[in-house]
Amino acid sequence: MYLMFLRQLFHDMKGQKLRSALTLFGIFWGTTALILLGAFGHGIHAHQVKKFNGLGEHIAIMWPGRTSMTYKGLPRGRSILLREDDVTLMKEQIPELEAISIEYQDWSIPVRHDKVLISARLSGVAAEYGDMRNVIPDWGGRFVDEIDVRLRRRVCFLGNELKDDLFGSAKAVGEIIEISNVPFTVIGVMKPKGQDSAYSGRDKDKIFLPYSTSAVMFGHTIANVIVWKAKSLEVHKIAKRKIYEVLGKKHKFDPGDNQAVSMWDTTENLDFFTNFFWGFRIFLLMISFATLVVGGIGVANIMYVVVKERSKEIGLKMSLGAKKGFILSQFLLETLLITFIGGFTGFLFAMTLIRIFPSFNLEEYIGIPTISSFEAILSVSLLMVIGLFAGFFPARRAANMNPVQSLKM
Amino acid sequence: MIKMRGIRKVYDTGRIEVEALKDVDLDIKGGEFVSIVGPSGSGKSTLMNIAGCLDVPSEGTYELDGESVEGLSMSQLADIRNRKIGFVFQAFNLLPYATAFENVELPMMFGKVPARERRKRARELLERVNLGDRLDHRPAELSGGEMQRVAIARSLAMKPKLILADEPTGNLDSKSGAAIVDLFEELWKSGTTILLITHDSTVATRTNRVVYLKDGMVRSQAREMAADMKALKERKRLDTMQ
Ligand SMILES: Nc1ncnc2c1ncn2[C@@H]1O[C@H](COP(=O)(O)OP(=O)(O)O)[C@@H](O)[C@H]1O
Ligand SMILES: [Mg+2]
Repeated sequence: MYLMFLRQLFHDMKGQKLRSALTLFGIFWGTTALILLGAFGHGIHAHQVKKFNGLGEHIAIMWPGRTSMTYKGLPRGRSILLREDDVTLMKEQIPELEAISIEYQDWSIPVRHDKVLISARLSGVAAEYGDMRNVIPDWGGRFVDEIDVRLRRRVCFLGNELKDDLFGSAKAVGEIIEISNVPFTVIGVMKPKGQDSAYSGRDKDKIFLPYSTSAVMFGHTIANVIVWKAKSLEVHKIAKRKIYEVLGKKHKFDPGDNQAVSMWDTTENLDFFTNFFWGFRIFLLMISFATLVVGGIGVANIMYVVVKERSKEIGLKMSLGAKKGFILSQFLLETLLITFIGGFTGFLFAMTLIRIFPSFNLEEYIGIPTISSFEAILSVSLLMVIGLFAGFFPARRAANMNPVQSLKM
Repeated sequence: MIKMRGIRKVYDTGRIEVEALKDVDLDIKGGEFVSIVGPSGSGKSTLMNIAGCLDVPSEGTYELDGESVEGLSMSQLADIRNRKIGFVFQAFNLLPYATAFENVELPMMFGKVPARERRKRARELLERVNLGDRLDHRPAELSGGEMQRVAIARSLAMKPKLILADEPTGNLDSKSGAAIVDLFEELWKSGTTILLITHDSTVATRTNRVVYLKDGMVRSQAREMAADMKALKERKRLDTMQ
């Protein structure tokens, strides 16, 4: 009996082939877009966060600067230089700090292995630097440690591309290289990572030494930067304020003078970044939502035509005792069915694309699209709401028909 | 069964008002077999629609089966149509995508008859109109006479007290038309009240009583009616000559 209604719907759709096909396609495409854009938005966001964290998660980087405010009778424009003892002082006086490292930099240092000679960037850093800056040794190696620093060992850690340039595919750990004609032992090679922000070149091209070694070798005394990280995001702002207080007291500048020491606080970027991506994803969602709404209007449109063409049948059903509610729900269910068929195939299509996506090897650029069950449920319910809206108005028109008039048609 | 007093029906088409029924009084007792005759446009169908609770009169009162239908809601009227009235139309009005069987089931579905009983009764009714071997045929696979018999089976589905038929033989040849009238006669003998609109005098003469409608009024003048009946007969004669 109920199959009869399906047969009829099928026949009605067949009579309106082009229109039905376009409508189904509209819903199909809307759903596909909704899910794909949602999933890619998700993937790109996650990928960007990961790349962003390539520099280090929730870290801050500070540079020596010049005072921009007068302080206790001292003029502005005094340059403030940071040294190892500043780091020691901060460590002592600011318990909120989890890790801190000085970084001495050199832009162009000759590095040689066998016949390969390369001019590389060099950083002298502390042991804590590796974890903070997400410079993680690949299997079989290690980063600079505290003993290296204490004993000023002649050891070095290589960025993965620099290693490739020097050694090709050969093993580097344990080998000797020459840095400014002084032999160094390679203790580790960086695990490849994504990194989209930097303050002195990409880590993959750099060479890292214990800061004490580089100080002796190259005469470094003044920090190019100091990198630090707070114990938690909650105390991050407190730590930052205390840094200005402690350094301000020592170097005699106003703790509010954020040019005396300039600070790149990545947690602020992260806020911006997160907001930006939410905006981006909402934008994507809105686009696909609009597509879906257009699809819904198409469905409503075709249902109006179906109602009109079936007015005789509606009149007949009414004369046989069908109530408004029956007519209404029949058309509503038909619309939901159409929406569901379009939506479901769109859903499957999008899911298939997401499933096979990893085989395109585009991960490095746009991450891996993923869809949470929440988003899946959301899209399906959105679809149903649109179906209900699209069906309601034509169905209501059908239910309010006058049986005598419609029988005449 | 039907008691109409001072029924008036005006169609307001926007530009002009058509007074389809002027002041109709009509009484039909339970168990009667009545035909309504009259020229085209005289208001027969309008009267039928009001009798069938498909439409409401502009003025006047209508009692069906002892109850006034005035002021009833759409849903109450739908219930009355479902339970008390069986409709048979000139154009058969079967659902094209449904089988004969499903077409007969339809009113019982609206009347919430349980599925098993529904199927049993649909089968019985189709057997009763001699279509026991056509259950799964679609309307397009049936002849006009067969379609009308399906429609009659459908009209009986909810065991109505009253059957309203608007020119049920109008689209049929005389032989299958006669078979349909036989069927009505049989139903009437088993106690159903039947109101039948017809153009055909031979059909009309087979009923107990003829109500003559002209210009939206019931005419009792024997002369006028006789004249029209004569014209009908003449037409019938011409029809058979062809
Ligand atoms: N829905 C309508 N709107 C306007 N006029 C109508 C409508 N239905 C019927 N009429 C008019 O009412 C009159 C009676 O029609 P009807 O009851 O169908 O007559 P019959 O069935 O006797 O041929 C006719 O003049 C017809 O044009
Ligand atoms: Mg008529």
